[in-house]
Amino acid sequence: MVSFLDRLMGRAPAKGSSSKAKERLQFVLVHDRINLPPEQLDAMKQEILAVISKYVSVDATNVDIALQQRDRDSLLVAEVPFKKRREGIEQDDPAYQLSNVEEETEPTNAAPQRSSAGNATKTTRRRKS
Amino acid sequence: MGAKVVTVTSGKGGVGKTTTTANLGVALARMDKKVVVIDADIGLRNLDVVMGLENRIVYDLVDVIEGRCKLRQAMIKHKQFPELYLIPAAQTRDKSAVSPSDMIQLTDQLRNEFDFILIDSPAGIERGFRNAVAAADEVLIVTNPEVSAVRDADRIIGLLEAENKGPGQLILNRVKSDMVKKGEMLSADDVTDILAIRLIGIVPEDEGVIPASNSGNPVTLNENSRAGAAFRDIARRLMGENIPLVPVEENGGFLKRLSRLFAGSSNGS
Ligand SMILES: Nc1ncnc2c1ncn2[C@@H]1O[C@H](COP(=O)(O)OP(=O)(O)OP(=O)(O)O)[C@@H](O)[C@H]1O
Ligand SMILES: [Mg+2]
Repeated sequence: MVSFLDRLMGRAPAKGSSSKAKERLQFVLVHDRINLPPEQLDAMKQEILAVISKYVSVDATNVDIALQQRDRDSLLVAEVPFKKRREGIEQDDPAYQLSNVEEETEPTNAAPQRSSAGNATKTTRRRKS
Repeated sequence: MGAKVVTVTSGKGGVGKTTTTANLGVALARMDKKVVVIDADIGLRNLDVVMGLENRIVYDLVDVIEGRCKLRQAMIKHKQFPELYLIPAAQTRDKSAVSPSDMIQLTDQLRNEFDFILIDSPAGIERGFRNAVAAADEVLIVTNPEVSAVRDADRIIGLLEAENKGPGQLILNRVKSDMVKKGEMLSADDVTDILAIRLIGIVPEDEGVIPASNSGNPVTLNENSRAGAAFRDIARRLMGENIPLVPVEENGGFLKRLSRLFAGSSNGS
């Protein structure tokens, strides 16, 4: 966290290997803390994705489900983007969902992507302040 | 209750637990506190040599626990500070000679007479660690600004939480200011960000530490040593004084000192 004073004093954030050390530590620790073998973590992610995919059409290539830490708490953060829909069609129309096979890339007018994971997981990636 | 029992531990070995215990003991004694330091590193006795008391040892911690001597007989009075005592570790035994409840009983016998009981923990997360923290009112976790040492500190913090010994407070030892400035060493901010526990002291790498332990006079007795000053500050914080933390990469300069003043009010929470 860079404080106002740090900035005022011109203390720049670390550029050398220390930022790498910090990143690596954060990764290692969040996995140490949850104490779940990598295969199980992977299986869990697949299951979560499978459940979500039962209800909505998921843009599988851009899914990001990862462990993160906030202070001393670990949390699972899931970013699960939906496949974009065709312009002008009502977002929640179930009839449309069944017939929708095309992937729409044009973002104009498309309804904003919304949370797909319900209450169980957070849907936005938390950024370190 | 009287004394506050403070355990110095780390997870990873060689990060400076014994150096810290010896220096805090001396620093507190210099401020007229009644202090006993206990070497709980059974089989790897060290605190005695760092404090220059190795030639006075007759009995040790295990002798007390196994009833071969009275507690008083195993307490070695410091040559310079009459209210500072050391209980040495047994050198020829192992950790299984002591149990967590032994440590609680032992410290309970000392609590009324002293202000501080400092316990030097062995490295690791096994029996020796559990013995050392069993009686603790407060735990200090020593680490170095390196990936492996910080990772092990995190493991210790988790274990302390599991044992209801709180998250503990952190001492970041062997910080090299020039490397931090260049971004080649984790800073105190980085480490506290990662570990999310309170920092009680930042101790710089100091060439005076080894000569000090060579001669058995902890470095804090040297007024000009920066590490020594850092240990004195930690001792004061243990006594409840509010001493602002100074990142070692900031030294000199009016503006820097000014910023330090402000930083102190937010860091020293
Ligand atoms: N701030 C410092 N500056 C320079 N050298 C230091 C500093 N702190 C500790 N050292 C050196 O690091 C070495 C290890 O220190 P120390 O014995 O206190 O660690 P420890 O955590 O007690 O080790 P162990 O886990 O083996 O008990 C010693 O040689 C000591 O002199
Ligand atoms: Mg030691």
